[in-house]
This record gives sequence, structure tokens and C-alpha cells, in this order.
Amino acid sequence: MNDELKYLAGRAAQGRVSRRAFMGRAAALGISAGMAGNMLASAVSAQGAVKGGTLRIGSVGGESTNSLDPALAASQVPYHNLHQFGETLVEVKADGSIGHRLAESVESTPDAKTWMFKMRSGVEFHNGKTVTAEDAMRTMERHSNDDAQSGALGIMRGIESMKVDGDVFSVTLSTPNADLPYLLADYHLQIQPDGGFDDPGAGIGAGAYMLEANEPGARHLWKKNPNYWDDSRGHVDEVEILVINDATARMAALQSGQVHIVNRVDPKVAQLLGRSPGVQVVNVGGPGHYVFIMHCDTEPFANNDLRMALKLAINRQEMVDKILNGYGTVGNDFPINAAYPLFDDSIPQREYDPAAAAEYYKKSGHDGSPIVLRVADGAFPGAVEAAQLYQQSAAAAGIPLEIKREPNDGYWSDVWNVQPFCASYWGGRPVQDQMYSTAYLSTADWNDTRFNNAHFDELLLSARAELDLGKRKGIYSEMAHIMRDEGGLICPMFNDYVDGLSDKIQGWEEDGTGELMGGRASQVCWLA
Amino acid sequence: MHPIVKLLSQRIALGLLLILATSALIFAGTQILPGDVAQSILGQSATPEALANLREELGLNEPALSRYFDWLFGALHGDLGTALTNGKDIASSMAGRLGNTLFLAFWAAIIAVPLALILGLVAARYAGRWPDKLISGVTLATISLPEFVVGYIVMYILAVNYRLFPSTAVIYDSMSLWEKLNAIALPVIVLVLVVLAHMMRMTRAAILNVMQSAYIETAELKGLKPSAIISRHAFPNAIAPVVNVVMLNLAYLVVGVVVVEVVFVYPGIGQYLVDHVSKRDVPVVQACGLVFAAVYIGLNILADVVSILTNPRLRHPK
Repeated sequence: MNDELKYLAGRAAQGRVSRRAFMGRAAALGISAGMAGNMLASAVSAQGAVKGGTLRIGSVGGESTNSLDPALAASQVPYHNLHQFGETLVEVKADGSIGHRLAESVESTPDAKTWMFKMRSGVEFHNGKTVTAEDAMRTMERHSNDDAQSGALGIMRGIESMKVDGDVFSVTLSTPNADLPYLLADYHLQIQPDGGFDDPGAGIGAGAYMLEANEPGARHLWKKNPNYWDDSRGHVDEVEILVINDATARMAALQSGQVHIVNRVDPKVAQLLGRSPGVQVVNVGGPGHYVFIMHCDTEPFANNDLRMALKLAINRQEMVDKILNGYGTVGNDFPINAAYPLFDDSIPQREYDPAAAAEYYKKSGHDGSPIVLRVADGAFPGAVEAAQLYQQSAAAAGIPLEIKREPNDGYWSDVWNVQPFCASYWGGRPVQDQMYSTAYLSTADWNDTRFNNAHFDELLLSARAELDLGKRKGIYSEMAHIMRDEGGLICPMFNDYVDGLSDKIQGWEEDGTGELMGGRASQVCWLA
Repeated sequence: MHPIVKLLSQRIALGLLLILATSALIFAGTQILPGDVAQSILGQSATPEALANLREELGLNEPALSRYFDWLFGALHGDLGTALTNGKDIASSMAGRLGNTLFLAFWAAIIAVPLALILGLVAARYAGRWPDKLISGVTLATISLPEFVVGYIVMYILAVNYRLFPSTAVIYDSMSLWEKLNAIALPVIVLVLVVLAHMMRMTRAAILNVMQSAYIETAELKGLKPSAIISRHAFPNAIAPVVNVVMLNLAYLVVGVVVVEVVFVYPGIGQYLVDHVSKRDVPVVQACGLVFAAVYIGLNILADVVSILTNPRLRHPK
């Protein structure tokens, strides 16, 4: 094996060289990505994680009204709290495959209607109770219950029945779904003793850290669970999550060494922050995207030529450069990117083409009156500026856009999903099926583009039952083409997750399943 | 009855009446917010039956007046109700937050008040000369900058560059007093800078005002030193206006520190109020409003009492 690569792998394992840089170097030396990944993994374990210390995370998105009830988690701090104390049946790994947590193995019947989760034996909750298949079922029952107001309720709706047979928890669906393990990897579905029916907000789970202090809106302290089953995770003695909603204060806390990790680094300051000593900015492509949405059933957007004109009249690269400061990738007018499993990267990228846009605009026969685009600052960071860029690039194609600025207050109830053309964002979903089912199926509650295409719906349902990955990829590719050429979605950019790290953090890996390595940073990383 | 006791009891009775009136205003204010509480709890998922059930459960069908008296009666007994968002008892969750805010305000005041008085006295002593100009210039500059800017500057210099103090002021019960003081160093510095100018200017102005009086001239003619004149003759007569300004600033330290709390992530009551306002958690907003009003009015009564007591004409009636 190449000595340079060995050396680099060692450096990368120590966190001196970023994983991305290592992989790039490996590719340059003609090593396949998979092999390089294995090399890195073995180098990391050879290096050995250092145990102990208190890892501090500064996070936006915490309020004094937060609860530890997994069902109610909706913002970042509750999300990170769940990842400290909780453990799900399965997880989505950084490479998009399913990792087994409390479920030791997952199987399904050939029709993908019934799924069996075999529980790992000998795992204990923080209160000393053994984790059983019964607990898993009770957890799913609670999240299916309207009273629990669970963020995972939509996932639970497709479940027809559940049963427990010894250490096997099985789920039967009303319609087949090959993605069920991905759905049950949702962060709300942390397995709790008796499903959390007794005290959902107690913060008791089977995760790596146990609750030590809970002060919502200020700080949450977690202590290492001595009985944690997985030796490869949970290296530090304590994890402290500090709620720092103010962006400047959060960056200052990282720079002053008060915290080791911060989330949501503003792209505008990311480069400056990365230059300060002892601090590193890491970004990874995720499924989140910023969009402009048109109602396909409302004039003038009911005309596909006009929709196509508007899609061609947006300069995607300019948006990524100016709105995201380069911390993102261009979109292609369908809500899926490389962060999703089974993504087809051969679909041609749509480019800014004012001449073609003008042609489509003419063909649409639009009367030339300004097209009203509604935005608010809160639609996504930089939404108003993005709309102004759009207005200019569209003007170059002879399409008049009129920007109507709406107040943040009430934007999501009065404008989004109500007005025919507005700015919005999506955080993304773990799998393509879920993203399409949430917003593009003609019957979806949040069909915010009023997209109604019978063939598209049919493809979506057929993909769900398809266990052959090659065939599913083909179906998703066809759907992406339909969406891209006929849908009401203008998707200029996918935003990266941008986190800040202190140089004390070791073992960081590129993981686009969410911010802070999909919430797993405190379990996987250690302190130098 | 001694006229002072009479005056004082009048003041206190007036203050209580004022708090009562404020409580009515707070209640009325939260009632005229668009949409009712049930609507804001249920949000998008509101169905007519669910709304009706919840209104029944929360007693919203009762007339506003009887709800007001229920609320007032509860508040007088220390029962501020439960928060709609997390179902916790408001009085106990608020007590910890209020304690933190008072802790911060206490230490800011301990530094700011004597410092302001001393600087005011020095400025008055050297009125129009360079110490006066320096003190006035610096304090006016710090009061003119918005608090969050002062906060960021202090944070950049003291936390990021020199790493003297932590940039976030998170405190909790298991910390020792010393650790807590270290944690709140930056917000205390910011608050001191923000309230200093007002008190300092008032002290200076009040003393210079007194210095125009005939008895000061007499003292000067007797050959007393300027510092002795200020400390023995001018300052006691300037206490009343100064105390009023000091109390206003103390009240500000308790009820007006929301921005500083946000910037330094301090778990105080301002942050607590803001979180619940954004969730339309009306009982919490009412409770916080009541507490803020009580603090404000209480400190103002105290200011009145002190100025009455320092007035010899009231202390020794003919």
C-alpha cells in the first residue's frame, strides 16, 4: 500500500486532515472511494478514541418551552437531546445504508408488507429495565396516537398492525413500503420504556448518555451511560448542550473555546470563522433545499410553458454563490439530490438560459403582466435577496417578476401553500419516497405545488413495493424527469449543513444525514 | 399619626392600587390579541369541536370579568396557573428564572450604582474640566451604543481575544458562587456600561444644581474645600433626584435585560417571556407582565420612600 496514503489515513484519523481532503487525495492516487473509506475506518480504530472529558455543543433552536418528549421534538436542541439519551431501532448511516441499533437484524416478507425487527439482547434502559420488543411496539403505538402530537405521526399512518413474538417486533403495513426501515430511523422514534406512556419527557432511553441536568432553553447535561451496549460509541464522560440561539454569540463561544462544536454556521461568516485559530468549518451536502413554488392548477402557472420559462429564467449557480456563499449545490427542479439513496446523477442539469426562457414565455402566451412572487425573510435565509436575483435574471429573459414582500408572522399559514407563487424551503427527508409522498403526491396534505399527475402517483406507489434496488432507481429517475419537466417546483439550490468544530474534536466524519453528523457527533467523536 | 408614616402608607397604598390597575390592563391586553387562547394552542389542527372542547376546558366561555377575578384571586395566592405549552406550574418555573435575573441585576447594581455616584461626584467636582469631559464622553458613548453592540464588542475583546471570561453566561445551581460570578462577568460589564451614564449624569446635574444655592456659597466663603462642600453639603441635598434615577435603572436591570440575556444566553426571565410570547402562551405572558409591573412599581415606591426620608422638612415637621 502507498506510504503517503497510509500517512494521510493516520493524519485523517487524528483529525489533522479532513476526511474530504483524504478521500480526494486517495482518489488522485487511484484508490477507489470504498477502499479509501475502509482504510480510513481502520486507521481511526487503530488510532483509538480517547475516552473522557466533557464535550460541549453550542446549538441554535432551543427554548424554555422545550420538553424531552421525543414525540414533540421539532427544533435543533430537542433533536440533539434525543440523540444523547435515545436509541432507535435502526439508523440511516452516512453512506445511506441502514445501520442496526436496538434491532439486531431487519427482514421483510417478499412483498415488503410485513417487516420483522429482531431486538438486540441484553440492552438496558437507563432505569435498568431490559429493552424488549414490547417496548418497541409500545413506542410505535404512542407515536401513532393523536394525543401524543408526534412529529412522526405521518410515518405511523401507513401501519396496519403490529405484533410482538418473543424478541421479534413485526410491523404490517396497509400498502407495501420497501423504505420502512428508513422511516423507523426517524429521530422521533427513540425507544422508551413502555413506549414512554408513563412519563414521555423523563429523558430515559437506551442511548449512550443519561440525563444529568435539564434546563430547557439554557443547558442540558448528559452523563455517560456505564451500561451502554455499543463500545464503539460514546467516548466522552459528559455531553453538555448549551442553547445559544444568537448566531454571533454561538460563533464567539466556539472561538473562545467555550464550546467544541456549533451548528448552523452562517455561510456569510463561515470563511472568516474558518480562518480563526483552532477552529474548523465543516460542510456537507444534505437533503435540505430552498425553493420557489408555483401552483400547477392556478393561472398563469397552469400553463407548463410558463412554468418552463420560469425554470429556465433562474440562475442557479449565482444563487449558490451569492445566497449560500458556495456552501451548497445547484438544484435541478426536483427535490432530490445526491444525499438520497438511489439518486440518479445522470439526469441533465438545467442551466440558466434566457433565450430559451424567452421562447417558452412567448409560447405560453402570457399577457406580459408582472408575475407576483411572494417572499418573506423567514421563507429561507436570504429569501428576499434570492428573489431579487431571480427578478433580474428573469428580466434578462423578458419575464417581468413583481416581488411582494410578506411579513414573517403568518407566512406559513397565510402565504405558503395558499398563494400560487412564493418562496419556501424543505428540510428534506431520509428517502425519496418520503419526500415525494409528503409534498408531490396529488393527495398529499402539503402538496404545495398542487401537482396532480396520475402517472407520477402510480410510479410512486409502485416504487414503494419494489424491493429490487435497480428497478426502484429506474422508477425514481423517471419520476424525477416528470417533476423536473412538468412540476411546479423551481429548485435553485440545496443548502449544505455547515458546522463549526474546535481542533479538540477528533473522529469527525462526513455525514450528510443531518447537522452535527446527523446528531451523532457526540457519540462518535472524542476530545483530544 | 406621624406625617411620615401617613405619607408612606399613602404611597404604598397608591402603589398597590397601581399594581391592581396594571393587572387589569395586562389581562385586557392579552384578551384583545387576535384569536383566542384555544385557537393559538390548537393552531392549524383546529377543528370546531376541538376548539369548543378546549374552550370549555380552559373556562373561556365564562365572561371575561369573572375570568379576570379568578386569575387575580389565584395570583394573590401565589397561583399563576400552568403554562399552556408544557403544562408546568408557572410560579415555580418563573421563580428560578426570576432568581437568575435578580442575581445578575444585583451584581450589576453593586458595581454600577457606587461607580456612577463616584464618577458623578468627580465630574461635578471638576465640572467643565478634562475629568468631567472624559467621564461624560465615555459614559455617553456606552449608553448611545445599542446593548447588543456593546455585548459583542466586550465578547470579542474579553472572551475571544483574551479569553478572560466565558462568552456565554450559563449558570446553574451546582456552580459555586465564584464560578457563577465568573460566568456572568461579561453581562455584568455590559449592563454596568449601559446604566452607568444615566445615573452618572443625574448625579452630576443634581449636585451642580445644588451648588448654585446660597448655602453652598456660604460654605465656600467659610473656606471649606470643594470636596468637603460636595460630600457634606451638596450631596445630601441631591439624594432625592439621584435615588429616583437609580431606582429607574435598577428596574431596568430587572425588566429590560432581554437583549443582554439573549446575547449571553443567560437563563433569565426576559428570555423566558420572549419564548412564551412567540408561542402565545398567554398565562405565562400575563404572569411575567404582572411580575415586571410589581418590580417596577415596587422600586418606584422605594425611591419615593427614600426621597421622603431624606427630606428634612418631611422628617421634622413643625
